[in-house]
Amino acid sequence: MTTVLPNLVPALPEMIMAVGAMALLMLGVFRGNKSTGQVSWLAAVLMLVVMVIVAGAENDKIATFGDMFVVDGFTIFMKVLVLLASALAVLMSLPYLRAENIERFEYPILIALATLGMMVMVSANDLMTMYMGIEMQSLALYVMAAFRRDTAQSTEAGLKYFVLGALSSGMLLYGASLVYGFTGTTNFTVLANVLHGHEGHGPSLGVIFGLVFVAAGLAFKISAVPFHMWTPDVYEGAPTPVTAFFAVAPKVAALALLTRTLFVPFGDMAGSWQQIVIFMAIASMFWGSIAAVIQTNIKRLMAFSSIGHVGFALVGIAAGSPAGIKAMLIYMAIYLVMNVGAFVCILSMRREQGLVDDIDELAGLSRTQPAMAAALAIFMLSLAGIPPLAGFFGKFYVFSAAIDAGYYTLAILGVLASVIGAYYYLRIVKIMYFDEPVGAFEPLKAPVMSMIMMASAIFIVLFVFLPAPLRNTAESAAQALLH
Amino acid sequence: MDVGIAHYLTVAAILFTLGIFGIFLNRKNVIIILMSVELMLLAVNINLVTFSVQLQDMVGQIFAMFVLTVAAGEAAIGLAILVIYFRNRGTIAVEDINQMKG
Repeated sequence: MTTVLPNLVPALPEMIMAVGAMALLMLGVFRGNKSTGQVSWLAAVLMLVVMVIVAGAENDKIATFGDMFVVDGFTIFMKVLVLLASALAVLMSLPYLRAENIERFEYPILIALATLGMMVMVSANDLMTMYMGIEMQSLALYVMAAFRRDTAQSTEAGLKYFVLGALSSGMLLYGASLVYGFTGTTNFTVLANVLHGHEGHGPSLGVIFGLVFVAAGLAFKISAVPFHMWTPDVYEGAPTPVTAFFAVAPKVAALALLTRTLFVPFGDMAGSWQQIVIFMAIASMFWGSIAAVIQTNIKRLMAFSSIGHVGFALVGIAAGSPAGIKAMLIYMAIYLVMNVGAFVCILSMRREQGLVDDIDELAGLSRTQPAMAAALAIFMLSLAGIPPLAGFFGKFYVFSAAIDAGYYTLAILGVLASVIGAYYYLRIVKIMYFDEPVGAFEPLKAPVMSMIMMASAIFIVLFVFLPAPLRNTAESAAQALLH
Repeated sequence: MDVGIAHYLTVAAILFTLGIFGIFLNRKNVIIILMSVELMLLAVNINLVTFSVQLQDMVGQIFAMFVLTVAAGEAAIGLAILVIYFRNRGTIAVEDINQMKG
């Protein structure tokens, strides 16, 4: 018997990431916690290098490892987003770790390993790869949520995240076992063929059950209502840079996985999953908007904001068309920039007694730190979806995809939800600009932070003039997924 | 009585449901939640192995091996988080996990 080595080239970025993370771990172990800064920068560079390698790959679909791992335009788009978000998260965290005296070298390495898991999720073409990717990501994220192991809040966040994450993995796995049992395969491509043959009499009840369980498990990971209950607590309790990371990269990866799972293996069962996705989209948009109104903690507010934004992205998936996927991809790209920008501002608002968490404490920011207040105002207005900022275009593409697919009610409800949501974003702008200052903020020391803040703000403001590159890339990525 | 595939699947379904209820109804101890999580994963394993035998296909058993491995890692991380939680709060009762509302 001869063993044939699988084609390793498509998985090259993942391998570089894995080896790089392990090398950094060695560096950290031998040099101790004083090397945190060095390891962080190297991790960010590693992610950016891998991002360039990913972006340089061919757009054609290549499958390897017995068709369990796939690379195409869609995975390239999503991996670039994930890697960019992770690299920025590493850089954003460094000043916080220094200021709070929790400089441990494990932090950037955990982000790198979680990112590796996300890359596997994005490329998964088999129920097994899907599960392994999700677990690789989640196990690193549980530890990160509890990273401030000397505070009750952070450990509680880690514990809650762990319990509910494990529950969701269990549900996903039970669904995967049912799908396997009733179709005889775990491979997405084969599944698509098997389910395609069922057109006449419909898929069996077991497969539908399995699909529902898998969708529920993935909905946990993207924190769509009604599977969102962990999000506010975890976002509030976790250290702020960890929250910033949670809000972007894992969501992008899980949405990519959800999209592939729904469109590739279960594409012919669209009738079964579309109603679930529509319900989750409407529920997330409204709950994200309404519950955020009464929040006083800015991290909790951002948690509800992220639930709402996942709802908007789900509208694109619910449309079930290439235009819908394209809109979802554009939405996630813009969401990434807005959220990174907003969190850089939150991470930079520091008083002598520590990081500012309470919304009321933002009062008078425009007088003490006009540049940061302007940037935060831009991000908030963009998150609210006010034209001509980038956030508006994200919503515009999503809703027009829904209308083109004939889901008028969905689009109208979405616009209503975004109007409700605008209230709390505008409230932050009002507090910053019109309320009496409550005390001076410490000046911004880290140049990285102001650079990320400025770059994101410029992207948000100028996107209106140059939407074509992102739109075209998203278009070809959406095409790649469906072929 | 012949023990067929339906019996195995029923046992797995019952174990899985017990696991879910163990997480939600339990008000006492976080360790019980960890046990419930393991119960869910093992129920899935019974499912996978049953289907594997039924379909005469090895994939299910390989999947079960992966699940076992991940379950071990998950238990390790869960217990580690539980230990640091206990150090901070001095309790692991479920009703005391309420620092944050929600």
